[in-house]
Amino acid sequence: MAALVVAEHDNAAVKPATLNAVAAAKEIAGHEVDILVAGKDCRAVGEAAAQIAGVRKVLLADDAAYDHGLAENVAPLVVKLAASYTHLLAPATTSGKNLMPRVAALLDVMQISDISAVVSPDTFVRPIYAGNALQTVQSKDPIKVITVRGTAFPPGEATGGSAVIEPVASTGAAGLSAFLGAELSKSERPELTSARIIISGGRGMQSGDNFHLLEKVADKLGAAVGASRAAVDAGFVPNDYQVGQTGKIVAPELYIAVGISGAIQHLAGMKDSKVIVAINKDEEAPIFQIADYGLVGDLFKILPELADELERRQ
Amino acid sequence: MKALVAVKRVIDYNVKIRVKADKTGVETANVKMSMNPFDEIAVEEALRLREAGIVSEIIAVSLGVAQCQETIRTALAMGADRGILVQTDAELQPLAVAKLLKAVILQENPEIVIIGKQAIDDDCNQTGQMLSALLGWPQATFASKLKISDGHAEVTREVDGGLETVSIKLPAVVTTDLRLNEPRYASLPNIMKAKKKPIAATTPEALGVDVTPRLTVLKVEEPPKRQGGHKVGSVGELVDKLKTEARVI
Repeated sequence: MAALVVAEHDNAAVKPATLNAVAAAKEIAGHEVDILVAGKDCRAVGEAAAQIAGVRKVLLADDAAYDHGLAENVAPLVVKLAASYTHLLAPATTSGKNLMPRVAALLDVMQISDISAVVSPDTFVRPIYAGNALQTVQSKDPIKVITVRGTAFPPGEATGGSAVIEPVASTGAAGLSAFLGAELSKSERPELTSARIIISGGRGMQSGDNFHLLEKVADKLGAAVGASRAAVDAGFVPNDYQVGQTGKIVAPELYIAVGISGAIQHLAGMKDSKVIVAINKDEEAPIFQIADYGLVGDLFKILPELADELERRQ
Repeated sequence: MKALVAVKRVIDYNVKIRVKADKTGVETANVKMSMNPFDEIAVEEALRLREAGIVSEIIAVSLGVAQCQETIRTALAMGADRGILVQTDAELQPLAVAKLLKAVILQENPEIVIIGKQAIDDDCNQTGQMLSALLGWPQATFASKLKISDGHAEVTREVDGGLETVSIKLPAVVTTDLRLNEPRYASLPNIMKAKKKPIAATTPEALGVDVTPRLTVLKVEEPPKRQGGHKVGSVGELVDKLKTEARVI
């Protein structure tokens, strides 16, 4: 048995979600876990990946064709490498979700999406119906193509390993697609999917400007700032803030939901958090049913008070 | 150009699902079924392309049991021109769906295929990517904006860090994200008109596709329940609890 993990990166650094996928790969294949770094001028990523604890080998595919991770170009590379592996894994991020089904179809196998537990090398647990049910599935395919729900696997150590780096030849560009540009949000705060604490705002925030009230609390806690779909749809904040079934799935130590009623689609994205706090003026809001600590009241009074209280007791 | 949209019949998104006592799946008897919401967005986008004069005909395809015809009727009532039902009682997994859609596409030759990024029942998020791979076409997943010109589609995609724009050659597969558009409601006259629009029927056997599932569902269970519901009376008490009881700050 051997597993290949497709690393998520930006040609400069390995994204943390890769470490969760490596953790899942180790549960399946033990010491026989390799990492594929496909990108452009991504040697530094390859070197960082070689440091990840327990990784046997890093396959480095450095070519302009792989610059932005276009699935049309990267999938044939993964397919070419697949012969040496029983399992191909990637984080269930937007890039993993984009790439891996294309790989699976080219290999004529069914993908196992978004696994949350490994039962055995051919049997996995995955959430369905937005996490309202858990399905245990067994794959009969010779190669298992898998995406990994990051929050379900504690990340492996980013250092301590000393894998060999092996260059692999490019499979070239398919000529079907081109990258035109990106508008990526820049933030000094931690990323939502790896933050220890998250504070999210919903429709109750009333405007994008009011999010500065959340940011003040976030700064005191070193927290990431998120939002419900309602807040994103209302235009308060950009789409990459969204926590929920169709946004990001998170499971921090502490999740503070502010002005969020608790629609099923939001709960699907955060209900595995260790501790949940809800702040809402409607005491009937469904969010309170799953919150460890609920505080009923006006968020415009509570948030400044919370920021002051945290400041005072730091 | 022709557009093809695929529409899946799923448990309505407002229904609170129930896991069957014997753990074989989720209760679907006497449960309201609807079109997968992401597929509604796909139908709407195709309609807008037709209204803009880019698309000339919209074909709505659904795959599965006989009742999937109702899902096709919904697409026709929204404005799609005709339907194709690939009828089977067999369980269809995304790889099989992609193969069936490919077979239909090779007969119909659409230049653009628009489908939902995922179905809200199995949450697989695979079919569009698999279909484009099988066809050797490019793919633009998680679309929040779509522009078509000169044999290309310029697609803005919702990615984890924000937005990304790609250009893909047509023919291509586009999968829809939530913010692509807001689907219209079918008007009563259009619902009446839809009853007269043609729906062709075929089967996996007629299309020559083996749909044998590759994944065996061993069991379906309810997730562990969260014990919540505690209230605190003040901000001071909240911070106390977080520091001393939960120890998370």
